[in-house]
Amino acid sequence: MQAEDQMLLSVEDLRTWFELRRWVFARAGYVKAVDGVTFDLPRGEALALVGESGSGKTTLARTILGLYKPTGGDVIFEGMPLSQLKKRQMRAYRADLGYVQQDPYGALPPFLSLRSILAEPLRIHKVRSKEEQDQRINEVLEEVKLTPVSDFINKFPHMLSGGQQQRVVIARAMILRPKLIAADEPVSMLDASVRIEILKLLRRIQEAHNLAVIYITHDLSTVRYFSERIFIMYAARTVEKAPVDSLLENHFHPYTQALLTAIPDPDPKNAETFRDIPAGEPPSLVNPPLGCRFHPRCPHAIQGLCEVEQPPTFLPRPQHFVECWLYRDEKKAEDAQG
Amino acid sequence: MAGNLLRVNDLYLHFRTMKGVVQAVDGVSFDMDRNEALAVIGESGCGKTSLVRAILRLLPRNVDTYKGNVFLNGVDTMKYSEERFRSEMRWVSMSLVAQAAMNALNPVLRVGDQVAEPLIVHQGLRKHEALAQASEVFRLVGVSDDFLNRYAFELSGGMRQRAILAMALITKPDLVVLDEPTSALDMLTQANIMNVLKSIKRELEQSFIFITHDVATTSELCDRGAVMYAGQIVELANSHQFYLDPYHPYAYKLMASVPTLRETKELEFIPGQPPSLIDPPTGCRFAARCHRRFEPCDQEPPLFELADGRSVKCWLYK
Repeated sequence: MQAEDQMLLSVEDLRTWFELRRWVFARAGYVKAVDGVTFDLPRGEALALVGESGSGKTTLARTILGLYKPTGGDVIFEGMPLSQLKKRQMRAYRADLGYVQQDPYGALPPFLSLRSILAEPLRIHKVRSKEEQDQRINEVLEEVKLTPVSDFINKFPHMLSGGQQQRVVIARAMILRPKLIAADEPVSMLDASVRIEILKLLRRIQEAHNLAVIYITHDLSTVRYFSERIFIMYAARTVEKAPVDSLLENHFHPYTQALLTAIPDPDPKNAETFRDIPAGEPPSLVNPPLGCRFHPRCPHAIQGLCEVEQPPTFLPRPQHFVECWLYRDEKKAEDAQG
Repeated sequence: MAGNLLRVNDLYLHFRTMKGVVQAVDGVSFDMDRNEALAVIGESGCGKTSLVRAILRLLPRNVDTYKGNVFLNGVDTMKYSEERFRSEMRWVSMSLVAQAAMNALNPVLRVGDQVAEPLIVHQGLRKHEALAQASEVFRLVGVSDDFLNRYAFELSGGMRQRAILAMALITKPDLVVLDEPTSALDMLTQANIMNVLKSIKRELEQSFIFITHDVATTSELCDRGAVMYAGQIVELANSHQFYLDPYHPYAYKLMASVPTLRETKELEFIPGQPPSLIDPPTGCRFAARCHRRFEPCDQEPPLFELADGRSVKCWLYK
């Protein structure tokens, strides 16, 4: 198989469960943080993973990054299943992935200069010569527009603004020429006027290097500007998966509808109306509800069906997948691929 | 009469630090009517939280300058003694929902007792009377009575925030100040809390000052808006003017940087950073980053009052 034809990332029925410690008086269980997620991600595509806290989106990204071991299912990167990688191979795998987290200041060691911070991944991956390191460090700092590089290279993280710190985090994520970047809420701790700048930078970098990006966010408003597809996660599953425009035009899953209703645009008329959203909270991941996990809060729950059986994935429109019994007359997604 | 509830006049709050004097609130003036929601929008370091502290006199020890007037119902609270302010103003006429307050609930007290506390302390009510009122306020914020007897850890984030709101409303204050009331919450919970605030405003004709960096959310509870930059208010307008047609270049760029779900627009950002509050530049503080800068900007502009009722601190609107 040609390398170019191969799917970059395939996630197959992935489950990541964390065992609860045993209590004296209660049986131990599992926090089922990711519970059956399947999708493909080709090279060069940006995928947005949207969900509230506790939906499993960060755990999903970290499992893909190799930071958690899958409990069930698999993550297949360039044809190699993660579960079969040996320790040495895992290290090589991690060089193919970059990680940008939410808190730029927390992500950078405060006692290291920028040069040391950026040299670290190079050193770990056996790029030891100073010239090679310097060259690569210069390249990435230019790319994230922290120029002139000589001004920044000896600074420490606390000397930079939040936006600049995040650029360093991005530079570090890029430095080993990864094929995929996982960005977990990369701009939510930055000010409004800086967010767009950083998101545009990420987009430019993605396009320049044909990178795949998994963009995790709770801010749906930014998604249409920075990704091709959206996955909506609820209670450890992907309840809706579609190209961005398709989802914004037709939000099929009741949870997606609730999310879109909940998000305000800066419109003065908002003060005059109430938003019609379901009450309640996301369910426990230790004991999720039987059947569809959203049914206790769903205004359209079908009695006798939704609380009994987990819905399969339906395909009401091309490329647009929904896990919801409301669409049971539509065709099923045979291999449930996103 | 404009400003029949609150009139803030030339308010200053400067802090002494090792690096110098931080001019966090630097000559702020605005007014508010009863049953009005005023949104104060600004990015980190603009002075909005310091403005809250200045109005509620929640001052740290390193205050360098604290002066101006804060007229509540026509009376200048800045002239009150500490004791009088504590017993008559703070948490009686003006209350606060602080940032991340929901995480500051006392873990060893029952929620009902905490919510009832302001009545016991400030109005001398007996415990059972105070709890009865707590129950009433819980109804207002949409929390069931059962939760009066629970502890904070038994409540979800959204419920804790409602409990905090209840605590701020229980003494029936003239003004409630909300400092980032929804930023730690999920989207659906956020929308629910905004619904609660809207219904409280309608039912009680409650006045709010709503402080946040989340521009889109402010539109949910906003009759008028004020944009803060580098310790000063640069634009003050009613919500239609504010969201749809901001005049000050900073306000304009800020609105342009907010991604919208329902319409596609070209997103803009503002290059550079806000100036330090320790050594603010002379002249207009936004001039260095302003796309419409011209010669007069070397002098600091006053807050011009325009015919359509808004105020703009910018020479373009002289």
